[in-house]
Amino acid sequence: MSETMTGAQMVVEALKDQGVDTIFGYPGGAVLPIYDALFQQNAIRHVLVRHEQGAVHAAEGYARSTGRAGVVLVTSGPGATNAVTGLTDAMLDSIPLVCITGQVPTHLIGSDAFQECDTVGITRHCTKHNYLVRQVEDLPRILHEAFYVAQHGRPGPVVIDIPKDVQFALGAYAGPANIEHKTYKPAFKGDLARIDEALSWIAAAKRPIFYTGGGVINSGPEAAALLRELVNMTGAPITSTLMGLGAYPASSPQWLGMLGMHGTYEANNAMHDCDLMIAIGARFDDRITGRIDAFSPGSRKIHIDIDPSSINKIVKVDLGIVGDCTQVLRDMVARWKERKLSCDPAALEKWWREIDHWRARKSLAYRPSNEVIKPQHAIQRLYELTRARDTYISTEVGQHQMWAAQHYHFEEPNRWMTSGGLGTMGYGLPAAIGAQMAHPDSLVIDIAGEASILMNIQELSTAVQFRLPVKIFILNNQYMGMVRQWQELLHGGRYSQSYSEALPDFVKLAEAYGCHGIRCADPASLDAAILEMIDTPKPVLLDCIVDREENCLPMIPSGKAHNEMILPDNETDLATAVDAAGKILV
Amino acid sequence: MMNAPAAPLSPYSSAPVASKIEVHTLSVLVDNEPGVLARVVGLFSGRGYNIESLTVAEVAHAEHLSRITIVTSGTPEMIEQIVHQLERLIPIHRVTDLTLRGGSIERELAMIKVAGRGEDRVEAMRLAEAFRARVVDATIESFVFELTGNAGKIDQFVDLMRPIGLVEVSRTGIAAMTRGPDAI
Repeated sequence: MSETMTGAQMVVEALKDQGVDTIFGYPGGAVLPIYDALFQQNAIRHVLVRHEQGAVHAAEGYARSTGRAGVVLVTSGPGATNAVTGLTDAMLDSIPLVCITGQVPTHLIGSDAFQECDTVGITRHCTKHNYLVRQVEDLPRILHEAFYVAQHGRPGPVVIDIPKDVQFALGAYAGPANIEHKTYKPAFKGDLARIDEALSWIAAAKRPIFYTGGGVINSGPEAAALLRELVNMTGAPITSTLMGLGAYPASSPQWLGMLGMHGTYEANNAMHDCDLMIAIGARFDDRITGRIDAFSPGSRKIHIDIDPSSINKIVKVDLGIVGDCTQVLRDMVARWKERKLSCDPAALEKWWREIDHWRARKSLAYRPSNEVIKPQHAIQRLYELTRARDTYISTEVGQHQMWAAQHYHFEEPNRWMTSGGLGTMGYGLPAAIGAQMAHPDSLVIDIAGEASILMNIQELSTAVQFRLPVKIFILNNQYMGMVRQWQELLHGGRYSQSYSEALPDFVKLAEAYGCHGIRCADPASLDAAILEMIDTPKPVLLDCIVDREENCLPMIPSGKAHNEMILPDNETDLATAVDAAGKILV
Repeated sequence: MMNAPAAPLSPYSSAPVASKIEVHTLSVLVDNEPGVLARVVGLFSGRGYNIESLTVAEVAHAEHLSRITIVTSGTPEMIEQIVHQLERLIPIHRVTDLTLRGGSIERELAMIKVAGRGEDRVEAMRLAEAFRARVVDATIESFVFELTGNAGKIDQFVDLMRPIGLVEVSRTGIAAMTRGPDAI
């Protein structure tokens, strides 16, 4: 029952067949036929962004908050190159995206035509896969295949580059049924013998720890539910990466907080001193491990991951299990019950006593102030005033991002959207727009810095046009705070170019875009300002003026091990904390 | 319940010892579609892996299958990582580490142009015969030899031709296959 239509119509049909209701994009010469097809239908909403990078981040926000693939539509040349940062971001954080780019007509490819670029060449390294569609006959298959590849196995971005003549050409459309990929067949189910072995190790461990990452979130809410069941049955402590926050509830006593460079003292020390590490959907990123040859030296390590290349990539593990987190965790929970396993309560109690000792250091503490708003305090108040609501949080990149991760506590997966792997400033506002599109009645807040927000500030216009009541909570310290902190740490406090001389008046800027703007510099009026932000039913920007030179602590300096953290109470000697070998690291 | 070992200390707990560099030959079966070679080569350059030899040609026309033979070098951990990274590429059917399989056959074809007169010509012909190189072009002052063998044999022949009057060499890179009845 194939139907004849143009390539452009096929794009729209395929999106509908894939259940897509929202796409993010920006028109241009090489995608006009697709925009014309979009004009003539009502099933798919198009969100017009102000810059293509914003379109990709918005699609990421949509994808992360829903678990479905985000869809982007941009034109050739600059449209495609502007999307590259977002695609790379999605690649590093394994976010499922399908990005459709227009291309010059096939007969002009290679001639340096107007707005021509080698899109598949440029995006080859920052996508999971990409396609140049040379004839309309291939288009339906490629469209459906792209969704399959983006969402199956380890998710990632897929680019489909469609020349304009292919968009005009007539062909037979086929739906997604019977489309299976001939080479791409990722494993989903973990090896049962290995799973049983892993469970035996967990039961026998004296000092176990679960270390979970974004893979649990990507695998879907069931993975998070199963993780909770397994962790609770074992009684073991759990820590998560920046990407993994929300998979396990932060309110649980078994939760140690985030680990890694700005993780808690208890999480990092428990990682260092454990005798069994169970890594699930995490990839031993350098922000997590610190100095690799001193990484958890006395432990056996189990690694569960859907991507075989993640296992043994950075850290050699003793037991690797390739599979989807949901499926592996389901088997783990079932077999743990069937075999009536349990951890040794006496050993665990001793382990928890050690952990409580680390907890007592209160590594997230800071000196409170009545004079100036402490950034940590601002996040804590934001958390307290929004925790009872249906809230989604995105961030930009820098100190505010780490403070948000430390002081905003997540109970559920898919509520937290941040650029982890690539560290893309300018991510948060468009991501919030994407999340708000998916959850129109929820409270969506971008926790931002005054430097990051300027990287995609133009998207305020998008929020206003589509009546998206996103909230932008700026921790304004007039510095690129993390850059400044590293310059204090590594470069003798010479703040080279990390100070913004000519910041805009953010309140007036918000108003110029048609948003509501608020400024707050007084700790006493912080709560009122936050409540005004939350309760104003339109896009709101709250410019929160915070302590200018506050450092984000605790911190594992570059080149140091998990048990060599700088804590807030021994911050005095920052300048000597990093040795020469550490200075060359990023 | 299974018994876990009494002393659960990982063999990987100690500081990593620098492993020694090995040379491995990988056989990669791919869909013969535009850009597939760029994906493979780009993976090697992007992740800092070595390519010592690379051979590509279609091996099944109807199925659009190409076979890529890559000789690469690295520590055993790096080689394992290279195989996994190759397997992540979507149009790849299969990656086999022939060196790890053991006992594979490797062959390379080379064309070697040698110029000279008199005694040098006789010597070149004598050596060519010993190496079973075929003459595929001859003038009164030159030969083009065609030689098939493993890379070491070709290296050796080229070295011998150098003092005689080596002009240039063109080599195909290595094609390889496992012994015995099974496919990769």
